[in-house]
Amino acid sequence: MSSNVSRRIVLRGTAAAAAGVALLATGARAADHTGHTMDHTGHEGHGTGLAAFDEVYKGRRIVGKPVTSGEHAAHGGFAVTIDGKELHVMRNADGTWISVINHYQVFPEPLSLTRAAVDKLRGASLVPIQM
Amino acid sequence: MAVRKNQANLTATEKRTFVNALLELKRTGVYDGFVRTHDQFIMSDRDDSDRVGHRSPSFLPWHRRFLIQFEQELQKVDPSITLPYWDWTVDRSVNSSIFGADFMGGNGRSRDAQVTTGPFAYSTGKWNINVQAENSPFLQREMGAAGTLPTRAQVDAVLAMPVYDTAPWNSASEGSFRNYLEGWRGAGRVHNNVHVWMGGHMATGVSPNDPVFWLHHAHIDKLWSDWQRMHPSSAYLPAAGTANVVDLNDTMRPWNNVTPAQMLDHSAYYTYA
Repeated sequence: MSSNVSRRIVLRGTAAAAAGVALLATGARAADHTGHTMDHTGHEGHGTGLAAFDEVYKGRRIVGKPVTSGEHAAHGGFAVTIDGKELHVMRNADGTWISVINHYQVFPEPLSLTRAAVDKLRGASLVPIQM
Repeated sequence: MAVRKNQANLTATEKRTFVNALLELKRTGVYDGFVRTHDQFIMSDRDDSDRVGHRSPSFLPWHRRFLIQFEQELQKVDPSITLPYWDWTVDRSVNSSIFGADFMGGNGRSRDAQVTTGPFAYSTGKWNINVQAENSPFLQREMGAAGTLPTRAQVDAVLAMPVYDTAPWNSASEGSFRNYLEGWRGAGRVHNNVHVWMGGHMATGVSPNDPVFWLHHAHIDKLWSDWQRMHPSSAYLPAAGTANVVDLNDTMRPWNNVTPAQMLDHSAYYTYA
């Protein structure tokens, strides 16, 4: 499958990008986001669901940003990391989102999808799946 | 003729034989190959490009072929084995016998969702999770924490849909038996909701890490068979010439030698009790 090869390339590229990622959008307030009881509603996107985010949720740094080229664009134009490791996400035809951690349950936009992945990880780290 | 039975009707010996064969495939690495294959497809199948295993018309024949291949591996261990199916419209409790310590084992514990009972508990040393999206080595379940098991009425509503699938042949398809059974549409969100209800690994792209995967999909496969009997004049769609989608006589990856047309009749392989 050619997609395996391109995915490996993308994973390497994402790791490099995550290491040097600039704080986007809400990044300056990341230190305030220490618990799931915080009200995050004001940080979500407006219509497109593609607003960038950078926050600490339950002690994990979650970063999401729009991308316009490469494999991530095909995944719906959005890339997500949790503590610098890629969370594989996918946009459905109706605009909802799924991830490798929640692959059968749809979420309205990437931020709630990413927080759900953090909830489910319970502190575990994402790893690239060996293809 | 091999007969796939409702798991609720298995004898103690049949349960033990099935579990032992699963453990043997795990030990030899054959099992993890199936987990890897499933994940490769679930990550690459997309609504707007090439899609084979999921969110597309070939969801049903692809999983039928996938289960036959897995069943054949089990039969190499013990020729008497067939895949049992789990009718979650009937056996819908954490306390159902399917989750007994003599079969699939129970729910995960609250602290880390780790399954600690039954043959697939990490403490047995026989069921390490190797093909993984995260770094926990134990099987996880959070049954009932999210999602709801579809009801018989919800399943019947889907079975009543006469058209196999509709354009755009993906997770947005309306009026599509396939998409409503797969569960991207419809009140029951049938197949998807069972994955969500199980939680843990079953909710992820590496869902075959949980042996319940096979029993769930055997039931989905049976529902396709039931639907075919109810709608004998309804054909697999699309028939031909559809971009990014497996038409009736196109071959399916990863086998490349089997078509949906060749998977429509399961009776050469097994029947359902």
